[in-house]
Amino acid sequence: MNIHEHQSKEILRSYGVNVPKGKAAFSVEEAVKVAEEMTDSAVKVVKAQIHAGGRGKAGGVKLAKSVEEVKTYAAELLGKVLKTHQTGPEGKEVHRLLIEEGSKIKKEYYLSFVIDRMTARTVMMASTEGGVEIEKVAAETPEKILKEYIDPAVGLLPFQATRMAYALELPAPAIRKASSLMLKLYDAFVGKDCSLAEINPLVVTEDDDVVALDAKLNFDDSALFRHPDIAAMRDETEEDPKELEAAKENLNYVNLGGDVACMVNGAGLAMATVDILKHYGGDPANFLDVGGDSDPKKIAAAFKIMLEGGQSKGIFVNIFGGINKCDQVAEGIVEAAKIISEDGKSIPVPVVVRLEGTNVERGREILKNTPIKNVIMAETMEGGAREIVRLVNEAKA
Amino acid sequence: MSILINKDTKVIVQGITGKAAAFHTKQMLAYGTKIVAGVTPGKAGQTVENVPVFNTVRDAVKATGATASVIYVPAKFAADSIMEGIEAELDLVVCITEHIPVQDMVKVRRYMEGKKTRLIGPNCPGVLTTDESKLGIIPGNIQKRGHVGLVSRSGTLTYEAAFQLMNAGIGITTAVGIGGDPVKGTDFIDVLKLFKEDDDTKAVLMIGEIGGNAEEDAALWIKENMKKPVAAFIAGRQAPPGKRMGHAGAIISGGKGTAADKIKALNAANILVADTVAGIGETVVTTLKNAGIYEECHTC
Repeated sequence: MNIHEHQSKEILRSYGVNVPKGKAAFSVEEAVKVAEEMTDSAVKVVKAQIHAGGRGKAGGVKLAKSVEEVKTYAAELLGKVLKTHQTGPEGKEVHRLLIEEGSKIKKEYYLSFVIDRMTARTVMMASTEGGVEIEKVAAETPEKILKEYIDPAVGLLPFQATRMAYALELPAPAIRKASSLMLKLYDAFVGKDCSLAEINPLVVTEDDDVVALDAKLNFDDSALFRHPDIAAMRDETEEDPKELEAAKENLNYVNLGGDVACMVNGAGLAMATVDILKHYGGDPANFLDVGGDSDPKKIAAAFKIMLEGGQSKGIFVNIFGGINKCDQVAEGIVEAAKIISEDGKSIPVPVVVRLEGTNVERGREILKNTPIKNVIMAETMEGGAREIVRLVNEAKA
Repeated sequence: MSILINKDTKVIVQGITGKAAAFHTKQMLAYGTKIVAGVTPGKAGQTVENVPVFNTVRDAVKATGATASVIYVPAKFAADSIMEGIEAELDLVVCITEHIPVQDMVKVRRYMEGKKTRLIGPNCPGVLTTDESKLGIIPGNIQKRGHVGLVSRSGTLTYEAAFQLMNAGIGITTAVGIGGDPVKGTDFIDVLKLFKEDDDTKAVLMIGEIGGNAEEDAALWIKENMKKPVAAFIAGRQAPPGKRMGHAGAIISGGKGTAADKIKALNAANILVADTVAGIGETVVTTLKNAGIYEECHTC
């Protein structure tokens, strides 16, 4: 799960991490009010809050020299669609801002915590190349990314943080401040079950203060049960509406934007089904794993999501029945069709079904004898994938 | 011969009194798995499918001499159950549970250091040695006895591949689902090492997916260490970056973990990679023929 920068900073502040003074604003009036309360710094920063990086380059971060300028920038940014390298071409609309005190930056650094799969350790990464895309640094000058692996039994040790601060060649008065910030950030990372905690840039100011100028926290969905405070920070407007609806139905769904939909059991087979549709010239609409479930209500919900907005011109159902038997899945499909169609026997687009595995004959029989039009049985997965792509292309022509 | 488990492996089911666990206990017993005990705290003295239940893994081991366990405990408590199995010095712990917090697994991996237990999973379908024993949820009717070892990050792709092999007349020694989580007990290379040492396994099918670089590491290891032929499939060629594709570990992040990179690494190690999921069986057949062991492996 992702949250906004202003939320990440609130969490970090609660762990004692040094972040600029600031507050979220949802309207121009609020932005002005927040700016008026900030009397310590003449310069205020107006930052668009969207779940994507690259906001600065896209014009989503403005320096205001007066409250009047805050007002102008807030009016300009709220409601604006920002397009960054992470939003895709459609961009994201700005619904909230972070108004912050400006910092006098001497130098920018990069700092993050992630979990390294191979060592099964949390790793702290830092670089003198702050404020730029870290992927680029990793690709072009990997030696500029410094790492400290953390033993979970004892956590990040002070000497490791100090060693990192020295390796970054920070000015002497900033060493302790930096290592202290690293230790607190690690506490937040572990304490809130983060999958990523990234400060880019971490800055040393002209008076050698160390500040987390930007903050990005991502969370492990599997651990949200023990963090209701984090779960409550979810901003649903940042998410794909279909993905949101699917999540509520306990379906694993990713919108891929195309028009050939698929419904599959199992994440691996679902990914492979998207691949095979593309392989045969289709434009995949989605990834959808319905799990080991043959519950008609769940299958009906899946159909509804795929069909919504007229996105899908055809649906490929690819089921390998193991413990869940094919005949149960077939019955689920028939019942689901009854739920979603007004007359109980029609689905607006062709549905090609490939069933294989336990009780496949009974499953095929059920689908053959169903009164539901538009359901076509495929003998093989390859044949089914080719057939649905052909039908969708025909419908478009 | 086989790897990890055989007909004599004595097995504990952790969380046996749960609904799914009870269902799969029945399935495992029907397959021939020697389930000797179940564990659910507070339920000692009960039985599930005539299997005695104990309060702790240590009690179960002491009473039965079990050396392996399979875990169906809910995600909140599963990491603790894994560590209980490790502490009781089991040889093998297989964890089926999905959605265990990653940081819990980081602790588990730390706890495992210097201890004897091998962990398979979590978030996996388990292990099945054909016609002998199965720990987990792999259906018992989709693979026949033979000489190909199967290792996969995905459950349904394991079933799909086993089924395609069966239809092509190719049998399997042991199928191992290592799981779809980013931090897990056993990875491809660990299983490849076991298959390398197993006389009965003549070739290996490896099924990977996007996320991480375990497939790339495995490709390098195979090139340097493994003479037995390997065929592969990688799921997720069309996965967009930054999106989690069902499995917690199936995500392309920072431009890393793409299917293209994995396929390239495998090809560089002279491993044939199936173009589509429908071609897995055929790719294995071609690999066996190229290695001159097709006749030997055509066992069913």
